[in-house]
Amino acid sequence: MTPQRKSLEALSFQAALWLLAALCFVLLVLPTVVVITVSFTSGFSLKFPPPGYSLRWYSALLDAWQLHFAATNSLKVAAWTTALSVAFGVAAALAIARSETWKARLLDSLFMSPLVLPALAFGLAALMFFSVLGLPVSPVTLVIGHVVVCVPYVVRTTVAALAQLNPALLESSASLGASRLHTLRRITLPLIAPGILAGAFIAFMSSFDNVPVSLFLRDARTDMLPIRMWQDLEGKLDVTIAAVSGVMIAFTIAALVIMERVAGLSRRLR
Amino acid sequence: MAATPRHDTTTYDLKLALPLAVFFLAFFLAPLAILLFVSLHTDSSMTAMGITQYVKFLGDPFSLSVLVRTLWVGVEVTALCLLLGLPMAWVYVRAPGWVQSILMLVVLLPLLTSVVVRTFAWIVILGRQGIVNSTLATLGLIDTPLRLLYTEGGMIVALAQVQMPLMVLPLVTALSRLDPNLLDASAALGAGSWRTFGKVVLPLTLPGIIAGCLLTYAASITAFITQTLVGGGQLLFMPMYIYQQSSTLNNWPFAAAISIIFLCAVLAVVSLFNALGRLSSGYAHS
Repeated sequence: MTPQRKSLEALSFQAALWLLAALCFVLLVLPTVVVITVSFTSGFSLKFPPPGYSLRWYSALLDAWQLHFAATNSLKVAAWTTALSVAFGVAAALAIARSETWKARLLDSLFMSPLVLPALAFGLAALMFFSVLGLPVSPVTLVIGHVVVCVPYVVRTTVAALAQLNPALLESSASLGASRLHTLRRITLPLIAPGILAGAFIAFMSSFDNVPVSLFLRDARTDMLPIRMWQDLEGKLDVTIAAVSGVMIAFTIAALVIMERVAGLSRRLR
Repeated sequence: MAATPRHDTTTYDLKLALPLAVFFLAFFLAPLAILLFVSLHTDSSMTAMGITQYVKFLGDPFSLSVLVRTLWVGVEVTALCLLLGLPMAWVYVRAPGWVQSILMLVVLLPLLTSVVVRTFAWIVILGRQGIVNSTLATLGLIDTPLRLLYTEGGMIVALAQVQMPLMVLPLVTALSRLDPNLLDASAALGAGSWRTFGKVVLPLTLPGIIAGCLLTYAASITAFITQTLVGGGQLLFMPMYIYQQSSTLNNWPFAAAISIIFLCAVLAVVSLFNALGRLSSGYAHS
């Protein structure tokens, strides 16, 4: 190849790569920017660009009691789900990490399977299961269903954190006379805490955002925020939803930045 | 696990996994077994057993077309995510530290933002008065707004954005493990950029590509919210089909049978990807 053709060839490669990466960047950023812009509109429609800017839809949020009620329910369910997922998930991760036995591998696959199976099919299955048992759907059945689909995140990040733990630390703790429980409390748990925290955060977010399981397992009194928003959007295109979205995006960005600092979130998701 | 020596401090007893294992047995495996049991009933009052629901689904061209369309949409979304996500991951790995922080925020934000919020954004973008139509109208390219919402094309772009992080994150891991000396060696031996990419980069990152494709595919065919809100009522996919049959029509055996068929289809695709993943990691490390 002549140098000129070669540079042309390299140039075409770089151009294609950067063009596609730029397109990907726009695709990822555009929705967030559009939602935040529209949420400050002074008009009554989702027209973009908005005819003018105001805070009216945010102040309308203050009176939207249905959304408040749904958001409170979602927060409660997410908090219970996260607490139970951490308790079950960390114990299970301690047992199956660093173990190569077939039992441990089998349990690992079992605990991860809700991540790839369609959650809607599981939601329907759980509804049938509870109705066969004669249990009416309630906030309790809702939390149980959420734990099944959220606990895999805690197991995954905790197993990954345990895999990076230097076994020499545990061995030296033991050789210095510390009991297993003492080593667990003073060495293992503090070192894997960021991994647990990252998993708990993702479990919380995914429970707060869950629709497919909530759709079947909530009762009439337990209105959940994503379902309320989804039903509002199917009926009419309400600008209040844009303001709710703006608030949720702001919280997500803040939580994301904090979690990145405290738990190194991005390293744990890969 | 009795075989674990008591003095081994680096592993823990398998009994610690017992609470979660029992929980999964009771609230994950048992419900799936009930689902299978319900699907084996011939009528919605569940008096007689039989495989008529499966026969009904597999003999019905409409139901089959819903299944095929759902699986095909997954392929289209995954292909689009790979096409855009791979260059993004490539740029990320080569960018300076502060650019990496910004890019990681941009990639992670959609992953953690509520799916309803992300989908709502696409309704605003693709709507009649949305950003695409108003831009085209300002440029004088169109007189009447294009119908973008409730079309398959619009839905695929929206799904690709929603699932993009699941593709980019494994690709970033795979690309950052790539030895840069290999690229220099390939260039020194006379290969151009495209050839190096095709012959060195792609084969070595194949395990990451397959991992990303698996996650993106599984997430996009089950993305109920985005499918119903951006796809609209005319485009029916498997998750909505299950919901319609169970909640609106109360036909539990048929809804259960659709769910089992969907579960099996997803399991088949997952096994296929896993088999490919094992093959490719053997290839990449040989």
